[in-house]
Amino acid sequence: MLSTLLLRVDPRRAGAVVERNVLVHRRGWIVLLSGFFEPFLYLLALGIGLGHLVGSVPAPGGGTVPYPVFVAPAMLAVQAMNAALTETTFNVFGKLKYMRLYDAVLATPVTPTELALGEIGWCLARSGLYSAAFLGVMAVLGLTPSWWAVLAWPAALLIGFAFAALGMALTTFLRSWQDFDYVVVIMMVMFMFAGTFTPLSAYPAWVRPLVELTPLYHGVALTRSLTTGSPDLGALGHVAYLVVCVVLGLWIAARRMARLLLT
Amino acid sequence: MATTVRAVPRGRAAHVLAYHLVGYRRTWRATVFSSFLLPVIYLAGIGLGVGGYVDRGHHLGVAYLSFLAPGVLATTALTIGVEESTYRVFSQFEWDRTYEAMLATPLRVVDLLLGQLAFVVFRALVAVVVFLAVMAAFGTVHSPWAVAVVPVGGLIALACAAPTFAFTATQSSAQGFSVLQRFAVIPVQLFSGVFFPVSQLPAPVRPLAYLSPLWHGVELCRGLTLGTLHPWPALGHLAYLAVWAGVGFALAARTFRRRLVV
Amino acid sequence: MGGDGYLISATGLVKRFGDFTAVAGIDLGVRRGEAFGFLGPNGAGKSSTMRMIGCVSPPSEGRLSILGLDAASHGPQIRARLGVVPQQDSLDVELTVLENLTIYARYFGIPRAVAQRRAAELLDFVQLADRAGDRVEPLSGGMKRRLTIARSLVNEPELVLLDEPTTGLDPQARHLVWERLYRLKQRGVTLVLTTHYMDEAEQLCDRLVVMDGGRIVAEGSPSALIARFSTREVVELRFDLADLDGARGRDIADTLTGLADRVEVLPDRLLLYTADGDATVTAVTDRGVEPMSVLVRRSSLEDVFLRLTGRTLVD
Ligand SMILES: Nc1ncnc2c1ncn2[C@@H]1O[C@H](COP(=O)(O)OP(=O)(O)OP(=O)(O)O)[C@@H](O)[C@H]1O
Ligand SMILES: [Mg+2]
Repeated sequence: MLSTLLLRVDPRRAGAVVERNVLVHRRGWIVLLSGFFEPFLYLLALGIGLGHLVGSVPAPGGGTVPYPVFVAPAMLAVQAMNAALTETTFNVFGKLKYMRLYDAVLATPVTPTELALGEIGWCLARSGLYSAAFLGVMAVLGLTPSWWAVLAWPAALLIGFAFAALGMALTTFLRSWQDFDYVVVIMMVMFMFAGTFTPLSAYPAWVRPLVELTPLYHGVALTRSLTTGSPDLGALGHVAYLVVCVVLGLWIAARRMARLLLT
Repeated sequence: MATTVRAVPRGRAAHVLAYHLVGYRRTWRATVFSSFLLPVIYLAGIGLGVGGYVDRGHHLGVAYLSFLAPGVLATTALTIGVEESTYRVFSQFEWDRTYEAMLATPLRVVDLLLGQLAFVVFRALVAVVVFLAVMAAFGTVHSPWAVAVVPVGGLIALACAAPTFAFTATQSSAQGFSVLQRFAVIPVQLFSGVFFPVSQLPAPVRPLAYLSPLWHGVELCRGLTLGTLHPWPALGHLAYLAVWAGVGFALAARTFRRRLVV
Repeated sequence: MGGDGYLISATGLVKRFGDFTAVAGIDLGVRRGEAFGFLGPNGAGKSSTMRMIGCVSPPSEGRLSILGLDAASHGPQIRARLGVVPQQDSLDVELTVLENLTIYARYFGIPRAVAQRRAAELLDFVQLADRAGDRVEPLSGGMKRRLTIARSLVNEPELVLLDEPTTGLDPQARHLVWERLYRLKQRGVTLVLTTHYMDEAEQLCDRLVVMDGGRIVAEGSPSALIARFSTREVVELRFDLADLDGARGRDIADTLTGLADRVEVLPDRLLLYTADGDATVTAVTDRGVEPMSVLVRRSSLEDVFLRLTGRTLVD
């Protein structure tokens, strides 16, 4: 079903949706720039500042690593998630419900699937830039002990893609701005408890399966295994999980967008 | 020229406060998330999770959770102070135009400000009381002085809200708020000694932390809940916060007047 | 083109929203180059029909073919050749006036250079060239409407759907829009529009349908409709509001029976439908009825509308 949806996609039309966003953000560049800034602050405070108190923690491949090396790849994943979710929930909701933007777009040959892909594409372009910059800073600060870290960039893109697709799907279920409190709580809970700040082993045994259920956990585990240089077969499992999120999110988003807008 | 100075009816700011309280009866549910649930998530996520590793090193002299909790409490007061003074105030200028409507009555600009700031303080007080109960449940309250964090929380909110009111009055679009959030609020939250002592910061940037009103708030709250506060530093911190509140109010009065009385 | 020679052809078209039926089975045929109008009171189902034709609202029942293609399965291909002016402006408030046109063109896959050129031409066409770099939000209602019309033309459509194109415009702006639409028609573009203005329908439409309660209640050219549902002339008798109150209004109407083909009692006036207005006025005064003012005029679509829907158009 999804494949038939995707086969009919005209990339030029999805591209036009991206183009629109680029045009709008050319004027709001300072907001764009501030998106670069935020994850560095978290890295400095919660990785390096707090890291002095923490010392070393168990590394994914065995042994221990200094805390900043442990937290930095998680921040990379969190940044990809945040960029994707804010764009596809808050911004898309505004366009959907308040600006009537999509009513106008769907009166053209653009289909709901192309619209969803366009919004996600823009989101990825943006978060891809952020991730590259962040990874660069990590390297400069000596937080990427392995050359595998290069692959953390496509990994961050995949994380962004997964959350963008899930975010689009989620947005179609939101009724009012009030519902965004739930979105914020979901983001916050994942940020805090998806293995971002502590290894999975630090959680009580009964919590671990819950943690492993969250997409962010798989994102964090993937980037962390790459930047610390210990990817194994488990990494492929994380990739598979994220790909499933992409497919599921896209499928739901395209169907629900059509239901909501083509009434 | 003869001018008649009419007696100013008293308690007009109280009417403004009442207006905001009535509105709050409808919207309080939504604030439960940001002012209660999120701080608890922070406390549990970092305090419990990372705390286990921190406590191995005995750097702080107290359990990390007890160190962190009063910091999160002060941060909550700051967050409410800023949150209530950005979009909410902006929408009353631009979208709902409530200020315009209020000024068409005998209310003066200072009445609007006093009334609405009182409402912000009220919201902070509620959140701080609830959070203090959560702290007690986590076993992080070590001194009866801890009850004093309630008024301190109100003062922190005021010290952050007043200057933010002034900032908001100068904005022509809502875009400035995400910039404020990212370039001012988040750095302040992260580097004011909430998560780690300011002494961990490199010496050249440490004075910046001392400038932040949140650092003074955190020092007060932490001293109170741990029972380690000394009177002289405490007075200094209080005075510094009071200066922020006072100067902020004066600026807010100016910028509000400039925007509304044209 | 459909085999039946129609650009739009619909049979048994139904639109339901939940249990509510907004369009209750209509048949339509619009020919190439024609200007076709929908008239009808609020809630008649005009916009619902327009949205189905625009392929943004799947019909609940019936067959709909546009430009010879099936609407249900060829939405994107059809929309590529349509221009749409929705009832509510849906301009992109984050873009400038010019960008609204260029980006919209990109949604059709039109190359950037072509988009730029057409956008500039269209801004001239709707007299907004001097606002090209401005934000959309501060434009006046009429300017936004003109911009929306310009936007609907960026893909050089064969068929333009206009849902109340001139509602809310001042007379000058309305005439400008009419003139522009007339030029489009001369170029061979097919126009389908809805309107609440009878003069607009008479000016622009070759053929129109009157809708009420989701059904088509009459169809034809403006003059044919007037000939069929009204008389040649109408006498309007204006009274003091109190005089037409309830029973007294009917008394006056009773006094006048036989003088006209039909008498319509409105809140502030009586309408007498008759072939010879002046003769009727004389007869009225003979019967001793003394209105505040008397007006004899030719029948208009307004009268057809009143007859068919029992409502005036101005609400
Ligand atoms: N999305 C929708 N969901 C539910 N009901 C709808 C929807 N769209 C239209 N309707 C209903 O369908 C009926 C016809 O609406 P429509 O907009 O087609 O009328 P219209 O003839 O365009 O009226 P107007 O002259 O006021 O624009 C109305 O009763 C309206 O409430
Ligand atoms: Mg309508």
